[in-house]
Amino acid sequence: MQQFIIRRFITSLIAIICATTLVFGMSRFLSDPRYIYLGEVGYGMTQERWDEMEKELHLDQPVPVQFYYWAKDVLRGDLGNDLRDNRALTPKLVEKFSATAKLGVVAWILATIVGVPLGVYSALNRGSTLDYLMRGFALFGQCLPQFWIGILGILIFAVWLNWLPAATMGDGFSIKHYVMPTITLAWLPAAGYLRFTRSAMLEVLDSEYIKLARIKGVSHNVVIWRHAFMNAALVPLTATALVLASFITGSVLVEAVFAWPGIGFFLVQAVFSNNINVIVAVILFFTALFIFVNFVVDVLYGFIDPRIRYS
Amino acid sequence: MSQEVLDSLTGATRRNIFVESWAFIRRWPVIPGVILIVLVVSVAFAPVLSPQGPLENNLRDRLLPPIGFEGGQWSHPLGTDPIGRDLLSRVLYGGRISIMVAIVAMVVGTIVGVTLGLIAGYFGKIVDEIIMRIVDIWFALPFLMVALLIAVMLRGDSNSSVAGTGAPTLMVLLALIVWSSYVRYVRAEVLSLKERDYIQLAKVAGASTFRILFWHILPGVINTTLVIATLRAGQLILAEASLSFLGVGVPPPEPTWGSMISDGREYLRDAWWVSVMPGIAIFLLVMSLNFVGDWMRDRFDPRLRQI
Repeated sequence: MQQFIIRRFITSLIAIICATTLVFGMSRFLSDPRYIYLGEVGYGMTQERWDEMEKELHLDQPVPVQFYYWAKDVLRGDLGNDLRDNRALTPKLVEKFSATAKLGVVAWILATIVGVPLGVYSALNRGSTLDYLMRGFALFGQCLPQFWIGILGILIFAVWLNWLPAATMGDGFSIKHYVMPTITLAWLPAAGYLRFTRSAMLEVLDSEYIKLARIKGVSHNVVIWRHAFMNAALVPLTATALVLASFITGSVLVEAVFAWPGIGFFLVQAVFSNNINVIVAVILFFTALFIFVNFVVDVLYGFIDPRIRYS
Repeated sequence: MSQEVLDSLTGATRRNIFVESWAFIRRWPVIPGVILIVLVVSVAFAPVLSPQGPLENNLRDRLLPPIGFEGGQWSHPLGTDPIGRDLLSRVLYGGRISIMVAIVAMVVGTIVGVTLGLIAGYFGKIVDEIIMRIVDIWFALPFLMVALLIAVMLRGDSNSSVAGTGAPTLMVLLALIVWSSYVRYVRAEVLSLKERDYIQLAKVAGASTFRILFWHILPGVINTTLVIATLRAGQLILAEASLSFLGVGVPPPEPTWGSMISDGREYLRDAWWVSVMPGIAIFLLVMSLNFVGDWMRDRFDPRLRQI
């Protein structure tokens, strides 16, 4: 087990290093980051500031040396400055992350409590009208652009019915502000959970030991929940990577639609103002989060299913 | 022998036309197929079908609702936007750009992905290891954000040789998303194919590696490739729409579905149709693509069920 964890840890570390190098390389090789502040979209810049930035970003050095300086700062927890107001980025990101995390956690809970039970139900009543309805619901989640679901929600519930606020997080904790963003964000992952749980349950229910348990006279509920579901529940866990990826992408779009004051919205603003440092920092942050969560899931999986450890 | 006798001998019962056609609809992806063809054809013939040019505006006809709502006019079936541009024309022309970008990105991404998969599977060892690690790392990166970064880098630099954002940049960005999804499946397929006798015989006959890869192995992975391509096509359309929505797609005033939805947000109160219509177009296209993809998977390569 220890060996397994160490091996996974090293692979994750290598992945983070490579991903970081790649992203940093893109931010330097594709063009001179300073040009972005000039031109019609830039903020306008004096010659002094131009030269100053060359020193700050070490642009007079070759790219690998730039990377060395940058990586050194990142390891100390300094993600550079917001090029707009020249303030440190790390505290800003930490502050914005709390909003994103609140949205993400609520949406994740919603996706799980909707997707998994419906998947089980769908598998148990295969071919029934409700099964088709559920699959239709999942299908919609996969075919509708997330940002459009959000806009439709705003149109119906904020503009027409005037039930819910159209945007922002509100002051303090107001449930009304959470309803639309979380549902919009949770739909696609819920659909994923539903599909994964459904197919896993169908597979398990078809196996020999379930039939044996039934012949033995174990009650229906025990067969379903203890024997079948416990094994099928592993599958949604393996889907974590996919679900997390859709959360990360989704949070950008959903926050952009609802002006949610989180990292995704920050990123979208940075895109409009050409704020390269912010974009690189956000990508780095989410990549690290993704790899870290996958590492944790792998280890968890190793605990639960010993077969994984030795493969 | 008459038909009745034949039927009674074979035990077949002649079903009525409704049952037959329902069975046909269930067996073949008729409805999504028809939607897909209608969409693609009407988008391809946008210059013929649209009532006016996508950029033509007429302020007297501004904010007309679609037909069926009070004030709707047949000259503008889907209504008009706040500066009087016809929405149907814009949806059709917008679809032209979206679909064209998606097709080119798909072709480029497929060629790159399949080739890498072939190479990884056939040569194995260190080549395989390197390619698969790259794919793993690529999967860990948040695509949408990386695409945003590249788009910003390219549009900001007026001195850059690559000219800003536009259809070509968008194609490259989307191709970057596509290629990685093929490598793993194609590689797995090649691993089993290359052990077959006919490949060994081709080697003995002195066929070059290039010939073995592209003449003997490639046909074996075509099914897998086609299925993945159709299943990914919908996601590609969604990704294109998302990028346009976030403002890094084809620049205005050229219409794209994503940017139309984004523009319409300001007028939700007065003109909901500006945002809603392009969304419906995206939905229909993606849904029919997914249905056709599912059907192709079940028919050609059921092993790919988990994607």
